[in-house]
Amino acid sequence: MQLALFIIVAIFTIGGALGVVATRNVVHAALFLLLSLLGAAGAYLLLFAEFLALVQVLIYGGAVTIVVLFAVMLTRSSEYPRITDNRQWPLGLITALVLSSVLGAAFWLTPADADAERKAPVFTDLASSLFTKWALPFEIASLVLLVALIGAIIIARQQNVVVTDDTSPEGED
Amino acid sequence: MRPCNLTDGMISPDGVLGGNPLFYWIYGLAANVVPCWLAYVIAGGVIMLILINAVLLGAAIVSWGERRLLGRFQNRVGPNRWGPFGALQPIADLAKLITKEDIIPYGADRLAFTAVPVIMVSSLLLATAVIPFAKDVALVDLNVGVLFVLAVSSLTSIAIFTAGWASNNRYALFGAGRAVAVLISYEVPVVLSLLGVVIVAGSMSLGDIVVAQAVPFFLVQPLAFFVFLAGMSAELNRTPFDVAEAESEIIAGYHTEYSGIKFALIQAAEFGGALFVSGLIATLFLAGWAGPVADWLGWLWFLIKTFIGIFLFVWIRSTFPRLRLDQIMAVCWKFLMPLSFINLAAVVLEVYFLRDANGVLTTADLWIMAAINLVLAVVSITFFGNLIKEKVRSGSGGARSANPVTSGLPTTGTM
Repeated sequence: MQLALFIIVAIFTIGGALGVVATRNVVHAALFLLLSLLGAAGAYLLLFAEFLALVQVLIYGGAVTIVVLFAVMLTRSSEYPRITDNRQWPLGLITALVLSSVLGAAFWLTPADADAERKAPVFTDLASSLFTKWALPFEIASLVLLVALIGAIIIARQQNVVVTDDTSPEGED
Repeated sequence: MRPCNLTDGMISPDGVLGGNPLFYWIYGLAANVVPCWLAYVIAGGVIMLILINAVLLGAAIVSWGERRLLGRFQNRVGPNRWGPFGALQPIADLAKLITKEDIIPYGADRLAFTAVPVIMVSSLLLATAVIPFAKDVALVDLNVGVLFVLAVSSLTSIAIFTAGWASNNRYALFGAGRAVAVLISYEVPVVLSLLGVVIVAGSMSLGDIVVAQAVPFFLVQPLAFFVFLAGMSAELNRTPFDVAEAESEIIAGYHTEYSGIKFALIQAAEFGGALFVSGLIATLFLAGWAGPVADWLGWLWFLIKTFIGIFLFVWIRSTFPRLRLDQIMAVCWKFLMPLSFINLAAVVLEVYFLRDANGVLTTADLWIMAAINLVLAVVSITFFGNLIKEKVRSGSGGARSANPVTSGLPTTGTM
């Protein structure tokens, strides 16, 4: 039964991922991405990692997809919803190959304990290890995100000034 | 046939359907006749069917009750023709909507357009699965229940966006853009306010949160209650935060093009959402099924508290005018956000100093927290309220209003 469920989840994940690259419609690609991310959440659920699965749905399913969709809307790509050509595909191919080989190597080289007890991790354990053992990497990650946030605000504000100076009548109907 | 063990054929025995006596009863009955795995499927299916029907029927009752209440608030009658006090009105509405033509507009994305009502209703039904209706009566008592509710209800926003985009209608797209903009603004304060609840309860399971409320949390954390109520009004697209479907501005927003049974499903998801959120407020802040007299009366206390929540929402809706989009963002980022941070900081400090060596808070501790936080709530709401009022008056808020976020949406082109 678990295998059957895993196959269903895997079909969703891989099918969604293929859909992202195969479709020529940007919004469709974003929706396929959502499907793929939810499939990954299902895979976590099959591993009894409920917390991780729900965080996956909340962060990737909810927030990231919404931001992607929002960006698609705001960049006016809805005026040309069909991408017919992308000259960067060799670069994309190389990136994908390198990434998948690194991930595959990491997967094969990590010793997996197949007999490990399957139970939901208690999230108090998660919290205590996150804020004691892994406190420094956690803080560095937050710092990186903060820098990205401030950078985004600065870039957005500069562009905003340019837009209101040059093409202000356009948006004020 | 050998007697069924409950762990047979199940994926995760602990937690899922674990404490539900009705489930055990149906499972036991079915296991006498059919194989174990089928009994599991049947028992689960029956319980889900009960829950789904309860939620959808509840949504129908809410739609009638809301219209009656709105009628009272606006000094008019409301639906009162069919059935006692017009209580059969939802059935008439449903019959009308089912028999109407189901239109898919030309140029719409058929699959996405059709999927939206289904996604909205199913994510609502999924979210209700973790609500404890009475002692030990929840479909699932997940140990990450709060997170589950947040995660599943965030899918509704994607459905709204897809509805707006797939309709091939400018007004629908405007509604969707507004909905997403509002979503990004209210989600952070809501999650932060829930964090305070989780810290005091010491658990993310909704069942444990109810048990932890020796003092109802709307007294212990009035700020979190306030922020949550406001954020949920935004999530439900209700006035004063209903810019996504503002009738007087953009027809009906994201569901402009929906008709017939699809419109009925969207309305069901909307009223069911009001019911669900009221149930969630009852669970998180009004101590859920806990009440005087006896435990078996829990469903009654839960129902009463849910109705209090619904009444609050209708009251707010009929009292306040609609906010502009930039005003909503200002309220969320500059008013609700600091309030939720203050609440979180206060709760963390109080829990740190008040808890005993085992990390347990007594009822007396909760009353002390309630006293401190009540004063804090009044002071900070007054302070930040005046701050944001001055900003709006002095024009720093108004200067941006000429160019709200939706003006970035395409106003020309093929969409």
